[in-house]
Amino acid sequence: MALLETRGLTAFYGDFQALYGIDSILQPGETIAIIGANGAGKSTYLKAIAGLIGRPTESVWFDGLPIGGMPAAEIMKRGIALVPEGRRLFPSLTVEENLLIGRYGRSASGPWSLDRIYALFPAIKARRHSASTKLSGGEQQMTAIGRALISNPRVLLCDEISLGLAPITVRNLYDALPDVKAEGTSVVLVEQDIVQASKVSDRIYCFQEGRLSLSGRPAELSRDQIHFAYFGS
Amino acid sequence: MVVWADALIQGILLGGLYALFAAGLSLIFGIMRLVNLAHGDLIVLVAFVILTITAWLGIDPFAATLAALPIMFLAGFALQHLLLNRTLGGDLLPPLLVTFGLSIIIENSLLELFSADSRRLGAGSIETASVLLSGDIAVGVVPLLTLGSAIAVVLALNLIFYRTSLGRAFRATADDLEIAQLMGIDYPRIFSIAMGLAFMVLTIAALYLGMRANFDPTIGPGRLLYAFEAVIVGGLGSFWGTLGGGVIIGVAQTIGAQLNPEWQILAGHIAFLVVLIFKPRGLFPRTMD
Repeated sequence: MALLETRGLTAFYGDFQALYGIDSILQPGETIAIIGANGAGKSTYLKAIAGLIGRPTESVWFDGLPIGGMPAAEIMKRGIALVPEGRRLFPSLTVEENLLIGRYGRSASGPWSLDRIYALFPAIKARRHSASTKLSGGEQQMTAIGRALISNPRVLLCDEISLGLAPITVRNLYDALPDVKAEGTSVVLVEQDIVQASKVSDRIYCFQEGRLSLSGRPAELSRDQIHFAYFGS
Repeated sequence: MVVWADALIQGILLGGLYALFAAGLSLIFGIMRLVNLAHGDLIVLVAFVILTITAWLGIDPFAATLAALPIMFLAGFALQHLLLNRTLGGDLLPPLLVTFGLSIIIENSLLELFSADSRRLGAGSIETASVLLSGDIAVGVVPLLTLGSAIAVVLALNLIFYRTSLGRAFRATADDLEIAQLMGIDYPRIFSIAMGLAFMVLTIAALYLGMRANFDPTIGPGRLLYAFEAVIVGGLGSFWGTLGGGVIIGVAQTIGAQLNPEWQILAGHIAFLVVLIFKPRGLFPRTMD
């Protein structure tokens, strides 16, 4: 049984349809990457799974149960955590408070504790009492990932964690992903960087203008196939 | 010189009462951006509740307030849960209109139930007790208790906000409602708890309102105005700022009254306007959005 599945997932912003019938599967322990150009619907897909936008009740299934009608807080309590695009840390909270608030709704036992997150990202340990607004972009992203991990989620949704960061910072962040996978956390990674996504994922889904244009294992997909699915020409 | 020192001290003590009026308003606005136009009438309503408890049970107002605190927490929680949460969203107008309507309903219901007669919470000898500070300056025990309670309330609110998991949830919800939901925060429940806390604070405010002066069902809007002024002078999002704002309004009023008794209320409003002109975000703001 798939851990997370979307069945004909649709999503709207007012009258504008952002997703058209997306079918996708995430198996336990797996990492999948969602790639596509700007406006392809990648972030909308994650928001729909996390419960931040309306979607049909039976279009999202988690652990064999439909979660499409549930509010975001309830979905988080069941074990799905989102690292949002742009980090969106809480500005009035310190770094450590930002991490601690991540387990407000779900204090499941598991490998991820405050100490373990500091071990994964030593750079933020030294800044733990600083205001989150004082951190560099990379440190903010580490805090955002830590905030999601501390609830010991079964599925981690990551929305463009490399966006706007220096290449060396991006490499550091991606170096941490194998540790997350090793703890059994399944990951859905939204990424524009095809090379980076291919390296860390077991399967790729490519979106184009709200529709699924390609899916498969990275090794089985040719450069031309991905290029066509990504850009449409 | 002594009269000015006396005016300053009395103003600081009066500021404690205004800070109590304002603390609940500041808490609610800080977390859910709700401007509660019924806040002043709610204080008066709770003063009548305390009065009724003292009459029924034959206990003093302090004991009646202790009895009222948990009841008022539940009342605030229920009001938010059943009514005000339904009005919150992108538009500021629905909660304004609903709390304005609530204000009218409370005032007229109180007039119907208790008439327009002035009342007072009788606390016995403590009402007239005073402490001599120097040869010519004495301060009342009730005003001292009022300021002490205001400081205690601000300390307690800061403790909750900055030392507890609930406080983190309050601040996270105020910062970013959408992302707060991703932390598993049930924000309607957080709003209801916040309103329950605000009701506990306004219960303490009601106790001192009723012990320091006469009250009747129509004085709510005036208390709301002082509360607003204290919050804005102090700066949004800071409880210590709210206390400071209350003290500034109180001192301005007593200094104004010292110059001319007719200027008391006017002087408070002028102090508020001066701050608004030169520091529109208040003197001690914490919230930056």
